[in-house]
Amino acid sequence: MNMHSLILRTAGHFLLPLLLLFSVFLLLRGHDEPGGGFIGGLVAAAAIVLYLFSMDIRSARKVLRVDPRDLLGAGMVLAVVSALPAAFLGQAFFTAQWWEFTAPVFGEIKLSTVLVFDIGVYLVVIGSVLTIMLNLAEAED
Amino acid sequence: MLYAILSTFLVAAIAPAVHRVTGRASGWVLGLLPAALFVYFLSFLPAVSSGESIVLSWPWLPGLDIHLSFLVDGLSLLFALLISGIGFFIVTYAGRYLEGHRDLGRFYVIILAFMGSMLGLVLADNLIAMFVFWELTSITSYLLIGYNHENADARKYALQGLIVTVGGGLALLAGIVMLAMAGGSYELSEILANGDVVREHSLYLPLLILILIGAFTKSAQVPFHFWLPRAMAAPTPVSAYLHSATMVKAGVYLLARLNPSLGGTEIWFTTLALFGAITMFTGVFLAFRSTGVKQVLAYSTVMALGTLTMLIGIGTETALMAAMAFLLAHSLYKGALFMVAGILDHEAGAKDFLQTGGLRTALPVTAAFAILAALSLGGVIPLFGFVAKELMLESVLEAPGLVGILTLLAVLTAILGVAVAAIVGIRPWFGARVETPKTPHHEAPPAMLAGPVVLASLGLIFGLGPGLADEGLVNAAAASVQGAPVDGYLALWHGINWPLAISAFSLIAGGLLYWRWEQARRALAWVDQAAEYGPEKGYFKMMDGLVWLSEWQTRVLQNGYLRYYVIVIVVMTAGLVGVTAQLFDVSVGTVHFERLRIHEMAIIAVLAASMLFAVTTRSRLGAVAALGSLGFTVALVYVLYSAADVGITQVLVETLTVILLVLVLFRLPGFLSLSSSALRLRDAGIALITGGMITLLMLSTLDARLFDSIAQYFIEESEPSGYGRNIVNVVLVDFRALDTLGEIFVLALAAIGVYAMIRFRAEDRR
Repeated sequence: MNMHSLILRTAGHFLLPLLLLFSVFLLLRGHDEPGGGFIGGLVAAAAIVLYLFSMDIRSARKVLRVDPRDLLGAGMVLAVVSALPAAFLGQAFFTAQWWEFTAPVFGEIKLSTVLVFDIGVYLVVIGSVLTIMLNLAEAED
Repeated sequence: MLYAILSTFLVAAIAPAVHRVTGRASGWVLGLLPAALFVYFLSFLPAVSSGESIVLSWPWLPGLDIHLSFLVDGLSLLFALLISGIGFFIVTYAGRYLEGHRDLGRFYVIILAFMGSMLGLVLADNLIAMFVFWELTSITSYLLIGYNHENADARKYALQGLIVTVGGGLALLAGIVMLAMAGGSYELSEILANGDVVREHSLYLPLLILILIGAFTKSAQVPFHFWLPRAMAAPTPVSAYLHSATMVKAGVYLLARLNPSLGGTEIWFTTLALFGAITMFTGVFLAFRSTGVKQVLAYSTVMALGTLTMLIGIGTETALMAAMAFLLAHSLYKGALFMVAGILDHEAGAKDFLQTGGLRTALPVTAAFAILAALSLGGVIPLFGFVAKELMLESVLEAPGLVGILTLLAVLTAILGVAVAAIVGIRPWFGARVETPKTPHHEAPPAMLAGPVVLASLGLIFGLGPGLADEGLVNAAAASVQGAPVDGYLALWHGINWPLAISAFSLIAGGLLYWRWEQARRALAWVDQAAEYGPEKGYFKMMDGLVWLSEWQTRVLQNGYLRYYVIVIVVMTAGLVGVTAQLFDVSVGTVHFERLRIHEMAIIAVLAASMLFAVTTRSRLGAVAALGSLGFTVALVYVLYSAADVGITQVLVETLTVILLVLVLFRLPGFLSLSSSALRLRDAGIALITGGMITLLMLSTLDARLFDSIAQYFIEESEPSGYGRNIVNVVLVDFRALDTLGEIFVLALAAIGVYAMIRFRAEDRR
């Protein structure tokens, strides 16, 4: 699926890191502003798909480094694990846990099981979309 | 208690590892668990034999009134001791019997899980918990029966057992839900105290029938008896366990357990006594007809199960005492005899009584204890089986009705029972030495002898001192079946009376029958032909029908054409919505077209144009692009109504969908033929009706407000308790995280599904 378009290829190289960065940004800001794991995951997946269209399937897999199915599994594990701390603390399943602390340079940092869960969603979305896309693209050859 | 039962499953999980580490000794090492459990249950004995019953409870699903609660009384303790005690011998025995088998580790896993399920079943106080364990025993026993899974017969008969018992389990589930409704609680301890209410309840008859189906299938009562002998495809230790203390006794346990709340009515007595008596006779008759070692024993188990059912049905105090004593006696001798059958197979390679004879010199210890156990089976004085049989005959003679037919069947059973005992206790050991497939060079190893020796000896000890069994547990068990304390007692010698006379007569008649065994069997050969038309035929017919039905519905519904799937789904949805709207008289809200502003109209125009283009274009790519434009316009609507997150998601999903479609489009051949106008008309009709229905639904929800909106709650709580200003996201990942978890699970499944579809197609082509 090589489009042989020089413009697309050049743009793909530049856009991929930017889009991935943007997806992480969306993921992290999601709790306060529009964004979140689902949207972030879609953006990241779209970035890889753009790369796939501008280059070819081999380089798309290479730039991804891991099999999207592993992302999918890892995401599911993270999402489930984020539900567990509450169970050990004797609270209802999935009760969110928050830890706030101040770190040098970064200032106030809020960590939570909610974030872990959102990262899980992020990974599952990337994993599922890319599992489908990459395999469809491969099946063509 | 909870930990005792959980421990079996935990140990089951690590059993293969233990087996790998301990090698030859694994049977003894893993046997420690049932042994420890046995000692643990023994610690309840003093309290229980003094008439107490103990309830222990852990909340499980408190919202649904489901607790993991356990009831320890005479009945459940008797069962728990048998399960763990015999379990110990089974595990150690199997360690040697299956030594070197490549799946021995797996065997330990299943047998321990089975033991845990069985313990849970007999100890559970909550009906739902009991049902869960009940089904677990069905599933684990399926795995046990099909242990030699490379053998087609083993698979077939394991499935047969599963279908019969799980089918019964389904009926049982409905039955116990009704029972809980009638008794006003899911706790057995409360239902049992509410017997009168249950018996008077209008649901009594249906719930009784359903529960009886459950119990009868599990306990192999006629006409469901056929699965039990077939389950002999299992390795011998499994048969020994299933038959002596567990699986098949579960149905009997259920009947005994529910006797205080269901028993005492006319229909209870008639059904149980009749079915029990018929099963009892059928079992012993077929046992007498068979020659396979395990077949004979299996059919004699059917006989025992029938006897127990009948006794519980009779329900007098003597009958219940007899039932509990018989239960104990049967567990002891049947466990011992099956292990002996395993030894015969293991040492002499003999699976059929016709292949055996004169083995007493080669296997002296086995022979001695096999004879002891067989004497108990035949009900010969002074074994415990005799005590139980005397009581059984006494209660049949004193039954509240049907005395004639019950007595007749009981006497016939007693006679044939003696003959069967002789087949088991005399045939392999005495007479001329018959050449067995393997020549036994040595006595069986201690691990395999321990079970028969201890269990058969217990039969003798309890026979000589019935008080031991009586005061220890049988009395308390009978009391919990009766729901009131029991005055009776067990005794070896009741004086000269009718039961003794029947015993003596049956001993002589049974001996004569054994003497003429070969001739009698030949004279009864016609039974085999008759059996062709037995209930098992019905089972196979049913299975064939099931296969035919599923093939038919697959052909019709799963035809592989995506368009038909879509039509079915869409029409169903529209139909259901329409019917519901009719039934509930849904009103449609008013639409204020005059409030539309100019840019909103523009969006609607774009929507309509894209839609029209998509349905009329002849180019696939054009249709996809039009659908994309439709999606983007919808996203615009979201953004206009300040649902930024939903809008962004829509845009992204739409983008990816278009890309996906484009990827797929490359693979499709061009349109060969376009649908005929008739088809297009039909599709247009379906689309219009569905679309109209959904529009109506949306409009009706505008005005309908059945509950207070929870939006306000989310808006208020988002920041203080969710620590986030983006309410949509806080709802997604915090308030409604469980829903989201479900959604990503579906997403992941869909991806794996697509992956499998693409990959397997690709591999098929290669």
